[in-house]
This record gives sequence, C-alpha cells and structure tokens, in this order.
Amino acid sequence: MAEPTPKQVLTDPLVNNNPIALQILGLCSALAVTVKLETSLVMAIAVTLVTGCSSAAISLIRTEIPSSIRIICQMTIIASLVIMVDQILQAFAPGLSRQLSVFVGLIITNCIVMGRAEAFAMKNGPAMSFLDGIGNGLGYGLILLLVGFFRELFGSGKLFGINVLTPATEGGFYPQNGLMLIAPSAFFLIGLIIWVIRTIKPEQVEAE
Amino acid sequence: MERYANIFVDAVFPGNLALALFLGMCTFLAVSKNVKTAFGLGIAVTVIQTITVPVNNLIYQYLLQPGALSWTGSEALSEQNLLFVGLICYIGVIAAMVQILEMTLDKFFPALYQALGIFLPLITVNCAILGGSLLMVEKGLTLDESVVYGFSSGFGWALAIVCLAGIREKMKYSDVPAGLRGLGITFITVGLMALAFQTFSVIKF
Repeated sequence: MAEPTPKQVLTDPLVNNNPIALQILGLCSALAVTVKLETSLVMAIAVTLVTGCSSAAISLIRTEIPSSIRIICQMTIIASLVIMVDQILQAFAPGLSRQLSVFVGLIITNCIVMGRAEAFAMKNGPAMSFLDGIGNGLGYGLILLLVGFFRELFGSGKLFGINVLTPATEGGFYPQNGLMLIAPSAFFLIGLIIWVIRTIKPEQVEAE
Repeated sequence: MERYANIFVDAVFPGNLALALFLGMCTFLAVSKNVKTAFGLGIAVTVIQTITVPVNNLIYQYLLQPGALSWTGSEALSEQNLLFVGLICYIGVIAAMVQILEMTLDKFFPALYQALGIFLPLITVNCAILGGSLLMVEKGLTLDESVVYGFSSGFGWALAIVCLAGIREKMKYSDVPAGLRGLGITFITVGLMALAFQTFSVIKF
C-alpha cells in the first residue's frame, strides 16, 4: 500500500471511513447531546481537539511507552486533555457545560480517541497522527451535526435556538414532534444515514 | 425501601444506560451477535458496575468533594476542592477493578474468560461504567443508594444487550435491504427497543 498523503489522512475519515458509520466507534458519549445543534457543535469541536492533540502527544512518546502499560499511559494523556476541555467549558460557557453534563467527561472513554491512538498514533509520526485525529474528529462531528440538525429542526422547529418552523405552541403552523426529542430518534437517524452512505458506496455493505 | 425500588426501576427502564443515555454503545453493538456472549458480558458489566459505583462514591464523598477532607482534622486540607481530578480517579478505579475481575475470571472461570476475550479489557473504556460513576455523582446519591444504582444500571444494560442479541439472532433469517444489512438495521432495532423501554417511565412506587 502506498504511503497516504496528508490530504488523504485528513479527508478519508469524513465519508469513506467514517468513525461512526463504518468503524462503529465513539457512539457512546455522542448521541445524547444531539437534541440541539448548539450542543452537537460544541461536542464535535471538543472531540476533534481532544482526538487531534492526544494522537499527536501519544505519537510523540510512542517509542518510550512499554507496550504492557500503554493503555494506562494513553488513558492518562486523554484524561488530562478532557479535564482541560471540561474546565474551559465550565469557565467560559457554564450554561452549555451544564447541558452537556457528564458527556464531556465521557469523551475519555470515547472509543474514537482510544481507537485512533491505538490504531494510528502508535505507528505514525506526530504530524500525521495529529491530522488523522482531526480528520476522525471531523468525521464524527459531521454525523453529530447532521443528527443534531434533524432532531432540533423537527423536534422543536428551531436551529441554534432560532425559530425556523414556528411551532404551533407559539402561534405558528408547525406541530412539534416529540419523538425527535427522545433517545430512539437518534438511533433511527443514524440507521438511515448509514443506509444512505452505503447506498452511495456499495462496497461498504456487510456480507451476510 | 420505596426509595431503592424507584432507583431500580428508573435505572433499568427510562434511564437505561444503553437505550436512553447511549452509554456503552460500541460494545453494545459489537458483542450482541449471539445471546451467550451477550449474557456473559452483561454479567461482567453488572459485577463491575456494582463494585465501582460505590467505591467511586466513597472516593467522591471522602476525598474529592468540597470539604470532603475535613475528616483529617486539618484546616488546610478541609478547604480543598479536588473535583477537577475526579475523572482520573474514577477511571483509575475502573481500570483496577477490571484488571482484578480479569484475573479472577482467568483463574476460576476460564471458559467465560475465553468467551469474553478482548471485550473484558475493553470494559475499561466502556462508557457505561464511567458514565454510571459520573451520573452517581451528579444525582448526589448516598453510599447505600449508590450500591442499588450501580447494580440496577448494570442490570439494565445487561437486559438490553441480551434482548438485542436475541432479536439479532432471529434477524439472520430475514431479508434486509442490502444497504441496511448489519449495522444499519441494528440501529433501527435498537431505536425500537428504546421506544419500548421508554414506555415504562411512568412506573413510580
């Protein structure tokens, strides 16, 4: 296999090798924050930064870590980065931080961060690892924003808290769809997004 | 007693870790291909959860929360607020517990150990476990409540994964559109299950 170019490393995870739709990584802490577009956006940025920085940091010290304790080393680096993100959010956006509640902390156990550290950063240089982390974070953020967009638009008729479809409760025409605000709708939406991606790219279809 | 029953029902059905809070999704989807492994993993998660949530509760109450160190009797220590190192402490406890469980299983139940394979160490990064501890802190539970919460949230997760595995075993015989095969249809199944679990949210004792 040819050495991947930086551009490939960055853009490949967006659609071709999307962490959520194909690698089944990082679903854990993500979906509960997609009720609103605003929280999805913050979460996407936070995860992208953490993945990028932790991949770069782990890649820098990858030759020093004995393989038997590598998981603990990776965890410590990731946990420190997440604590930084958490503290920054609490300081500058206390409202958002309360809405995201435990899910910022849960970035630690987000399998994307861990998975990229293990699969890519342990084998490649820091610059490429950083790009790979950012790319995967963006691929994850893309799905998050898509789901957040549909859930907020159809669930409460708003985008970023601004009325787009004026809801019936405020004298408009749009009856709010409560289903979109509860958990199951996120599962349906992701299922459908996967269907769309696999229809466009048939090589991703799983064999029976 | 009612208090405990309420915590139990709430953690198993409307507050189900997997279906309502999306925690532990990766393993949830990856290991639910047959009932037997799903059952084993469910038990492992329940055990780990029942141990780690109370232990983390003790750590939170006596080491981390503002004024928690007042039992030392030292003026300077009792003013400390160590909440910011909370995440690292919790994940440390979880990693240690998983390691202990792994060694115990290897020694006494080698068959189960073989069946769980790679997924046992992965419990460390299973968000359900860390999520359980963080939610325990957020709900402000006492020690005895946290034992009940730890057990029931683990139990709810186990129940959900065994149900899903059962459905997926049957689904092998159905004709699913090509693009939905595998992951896609699983998501939609999980969505329908989540709807069903939500309907229990009105139960209160």
